[in-house]
Amino acid sequence: MLRGDVLLAILGMAAVTYLCRAGGYAVLRAVRPPPFIEAWLRHLPGPLFVAYVALAFSALGWAGLPAVAAVLLAQRLTGSLSAAILAGVGAIWALQWIGAA
Amino acid sequence: MAEAAPEQGGSPVVFTRHGVRHGARTALPLLLGLTPFALVVGVIAAGKGLSLVETLVMSGLVFAGSSQLLALELWTDPAPILAATLAAAAANIRMAPMGAALAPWLNRLSGWKLWGSLGLMVDHSFALSVTEMRAGGRDAGFLLGIGLVMYAAWLVAVAAGHLLGGAVRLPPGHPFLFAGAATFVALLAAMWRGPRADLLPWGLTALLALLLHRIGLPAPLPLLAAALAGAALAAWLELRHAPAAPAP
Repeated sequence: MLRGDVLLAILGMAAVTYLCRAGGYAVLRAVRPPPFIEAWLRHLPGPLFVAYVALAFSALGWAGLPAVAAVLLAQRLTGSLSAAILAGVGAIWALQWIGAA
Repeated sequence: MAEAAPEQGGSPVVFTRHGVRHGARTALPLLLGLTPFALVVGVIAAGKGLSLVETLVMSGLVFAGSSQLLALELWTDPAPILAATLAAAAANIRMAPMGAALAPWLNRLSGWKLWGSLGLMVDHSFALSVTEMRAGGRDAGFLLGIGLVMYAAWLVAVAAGHLLGGAVRLPPGHPFLFAGAATFVALLAAMWRGPRADLLPWGLTALLALLLHRIGLPAPLPLLAAALAGAALAAWLELRHAPAAPAP
C-alpha cells in the first residue's frame, strides 16, 4: 500500500537528498563557497541531532537524563552502535517499570 | 568500457568491474554498523504506520539513514511533506561538498557511472574513497562498489526491521520506539570532537531548540533554526581557531 501523501513526502525527501549528493558536485566543483559557508554546511549534522535529542528528551522530563547517560556510557565502553541503542531502550524500559518515565 | 583521461603526473583514472568488486569487498565490515541503524529505521517506520512498501520506497529513493530516521521521528498523519523534505535537506546538505572533494575521480566519469556513483554515495563510501584516492587509487569504481553493497544491505535490513516492528505492534510510548532517539545520542557520542570544538555550539543548539519549542513555534522550525544557529557557531569557532601564520 502506498498512500499519496506519504509518496509525496518521500519524493520530496528523495529530491532534496539527490540534489545534495549530485547537485553539490555539479555546483561546488565550479564555484568554491566561502570558507564560512563550507564549514557551516559541514557542521550541520551534529547540532541537528542535538536539537532533535534535546526536544525528544525534554518530553520525558528528568527521567530522560539517565537514559541519555546509559547510551553515552555504552557507546564509550563498547564503541558499538547496537550496544548503545539497546542500553538506551533498556534504560527507558527500566525507568517505565519503576514508574519514573 | 573504462573511461580514461590522463591525470597530471599519474596513471589515468579508470572505472572497472575490478574496482567495483574491490569497493564491494571493502564495504562488507561496514554492514556491522549499518544493520542496527537500518533495523531501527524499519521498526520506527512500522511504529509510525508506514506500510512495508512505503518504507522500502523511502529507503530505496532516499537511502540516507539519519535523514530517514529524523523525518520518521517528525512523522504525522497525514504525512508531513514540507517538514520531511526540510529535515532531509538539513540532514543531507553535508553531502554537497563530498562529491566536489572526489572531483579528481568523478570528473573522468559521465552518464550513469557519474550520476549513479553520486546517487549511492554515503558518509562511509566517501571517507573510504577519499582515502583510496589520496593513496594513489585510480579506479573510481571503488565508490560505486561500496555504495551498491550498502544499498542492498540497507533495503534488506530496513525490511527486516519493519517486519519485526509490525509483528509485535508496539503501542505508543513503548521503550523500543525510543531506539530512534537513542541512535542519535549514540551518533553524537561518536561525532563528539571535544569540549573546545563542540560544547558551546551543541549547548546553544539544545537551549535554543527548547526555547523555540516552548514559545510555541511549530515543528520542525525549533529543530531547524536551532541547528542552523549551532552549526554557524561551530563554523565560526573552527575558523577562529584555524592555524594562524607561524609567529616569527
